[in-house]
Amino acid sequence: MTIRTGTRTAQRNELLWALLFIVPSMIGFIVFFAMPSVRGLLMSFTNWDLLRPAKFTGLANYIKLLSDKEFRHALRVTAYYVVLNIPLQTVIALGMAVMLDRFTKSTFIRGILILPWLLPNIIVALLWLWMLDPTLGFINQIIMSLGFERQPFLGSVTQAMPTIAGINIWRHAGYTAILLFAGLQNIPKDVYEAAAIDGADERQMFMGITLPLLRPVLIFVLVTSLIGSFQIFDTIVITTKGGPVDATRVVYWYIYEYAFVRFKMGYAATISVALFLILITITVIQMRYFNADTSDLD
Amino acid sequence: MRFRFNALAIALVMVSSMLLAACGGAAAPAAEPTAAAEPAAEATAVPAEEPAAEAPAATDAVTIRYGLWDGNQQPAYEACAAEFTKTNPNIIVKVEQAGWGDYWTSVQTGMVGGTAPDVFTNHLAKYPEFASKEQLVDIQPFVERDGVDLAQYLPGLGDLWGRDGKRYGLPKDWDTVAVVFNKDMLDKAGVTVEELNNADWNASNGGSFGQIIKKLTIDEAGNNALDAGFDKSKVVQYGFVGGGSGGAYGQTQWSHWAVSNGFKFNDGLYATKYFYDDPKLAETIQWYANLNLVEGVAPTLADVRSLGATALFTSGKAAMTTDGSWMIGSYVNDAKFVTGFARLPKGPDGRKSMFNGLADSIWVGSKHQEESWQWMKFAASPACANIVGSYGVVFPAIQSGVDAALKAYGDRKVDVSAFTAQATEANGTFLFPVTDFASEIGPIMDATMDSIMLGEKPAADALKAANDEVNALFQ
Repeated sequence: MTIRTGTRTAQRNELLWALLFIVPSMIGFIVFFAMPSVRGLLMSFTNWDLLRPAKFTGLANYIKLLSDKEFRHALRVTAYYVVLNIPLQTVIALGMAVMLDRFTKSTFIRGILILPWLLPNIIVALLWLWMLDPTLGFINQIIMSLGFERQPFLGSVTQAMPTIAGINIWRHAGYTAILLFAGLQNIPKDVYEAAAIDGADERQMFMGITLPLLRPVLIFVLVTSLIGSFQIFDTIVITTKGGPVDATRVVYWYIYEYAFVRFKMGYAATISVALFLILITITVIQMRYFNADTSDLD
Repeated sequence: MRFRFNALAIALVMVSSMLLAACGGAAAPAAEPTAAAEPAAEATAVPAEEPAAEAPAATDAVTIRYGLWDGNQQPAYEACAAEFTKTNPNIIVKVEQAGWGDYWTSVQTGMVGGTAPDVFTNHLAKYPEFASKEQLVDIQPFVERDGVDLAQYLPGLGDLWGRDGKRYGLPKDWDTVAVVFNKDMLDKAGVTVEELNNADWNASNGGSFGQIIKKLTIDEAGNNALDAGFDKSKVVQYGFVGGGSGGAYGQTQWSHWAVSNGFKFNDGLYATKYFYDDPKLAETIQWYANLNLVEGVAPTLADVRSLGATALFTSGKAAMTTDGSWMIGSYVNDAKFVTGFARLPKGPDGRKSMFNGLADSIWVGSKHQEESWQWMKFAASPACANIVGSYGVVFPAIQSGVDAALKAYGDRKVDVSAFTAQATEANGTFLFPVTDFASEIGPIMDATMDSIMLGEKPAADALKAANDEVNALFQ
């Protein structure tokens, strides 16, 4: 704040206008994000069971959480999902983005890519649930007509999680590709021209120009999809409900189960707070590690 | 190009993680996202808000909302409601139906948000929790005031709904379990209904019932499971399909096998200890799981999950199953072949079926508790029982209603004696295990039974661990 321009009234006017524009999203933020968050935090110190008045129980929920084996299992299952989901999804999306950027200007094709993402999660999950059905599903019909054995997919302890990861990669890869594509468009074409003159081939250009210059967008995509991936829930509600056994009992399902099946809202809030802390930590580490605030273009 | 998104990323994290428990979670059930989300979002940590029951349109007529989950019973209770309004013109009953899963979600969120129905059909696995959370009206004072005769109900049914002198429901109906069979498949295999009715069973080799299952299992080459050349990887017709893993109670899945093998769930009403670690249960569940895992005479759990046992049976993929009496209509209507009902096989401890019954409860948030009681009393009276019975979908809790139901089934030429004989036989039934913590026992036992059925763990180990976990809840 070194240069002051205009009179005080003009400044106040500007401030008023600014506030006016901020208010709608502030209301949304306060009502839907800030208040529930604070309430959730308060809830985590109680034994609220949804129906009777809550009693303050101090750190009891947190102490229980520390020795909760099922919570650790839920974290492991979630991490497994993230590991299955993020790398594959990012690589596929990057491939699609580069191909879009190099070979086509067609908005139609871009539209098709983003289509799965436009479908609600619930619809996508239902769609795949039916297609993957062990007895009636059309995917198993294909597998059998090729002479292979029927696969249980979502009904098997070992196959359930990879299947769910696959479903979500199908839904999100196109959207991620569009984000990366936008990033690719920001890379000045003259850099490629210069490289081409120097005799670089496609692979060298990709490794030497595209990837480094795409880094900020790539990190943005990684951070947001990682957070999104930790929140895997709707697909599980529709397809496996945490099962078979507890193979897909991810943290969000575990929270849901405590809150609305076991009526332990207080403990459910505690798990949410723990998850919040875990995600914040991961995000901060990611951003530090990748120097997300700087770009090699500067 | 500079990317500033620290704030954005952190906001995203906040949005995501904390929101679920605080409010978003109720939107999770696929059923009615908007309807479910609202009440939960409004719920405060001190949920003492006034229930916002709808005010009646006219001052002289009161509308009672009545919830039930079984769509098959809806017409019967709508007929009851119409009859009720004839004698009580100032009370209108609005019947609201939702499938089992959605039903409980909406009842629970409704209690939080103040929109639960005035009177709702309750279940023995659910009511103790609602009662202990002070959500149900104690109707004992009403019962005494109006002199309702509890002896009019079939023995045992009334007791299930009381605790410590309080009463939370009047019995409406009852059910037992029997064997459901595909007559065409029986004929083809040369198995008679009489043979099936006289079959015995044990956990080590399935007894003569196990032999019948094998005889009815046929592979692509036409061999049955008793033949030497039988290929269990190419089964075209299963001898038996169980209704899944059955969770904590196995009402139609394994409870009849286990109890006829000498197992008991606990020491009775409101017991504080389960006996899931009983070796007799373990060997029973292992037999049940091995039908698929080892013998290949029953479909995989994944197949049962995908279609449901009823659909597998009615589509002709399996020759027999076990199911409850409330499903009689579905089998008779949906199957394109002749379906029949046979007695459960005789186990080492005799024939045993779970004896379960539903009742209505009044929600404490109802603004019209007197009118709700009037309706509830009618729904559990001989007048309504006779109406419900005449629809032939369920056995009412009062004998005259049972007779009406038998007549209705008889008119449709459906022999339901396998269910009624089980109910009237001495020591033929055991009661649904009613205890506290059902909502926590459920997830534990679901995962346990799944793990056994999928062959992940041997029954004895899994049940021992689960029993410790369940009993720790009561500590």
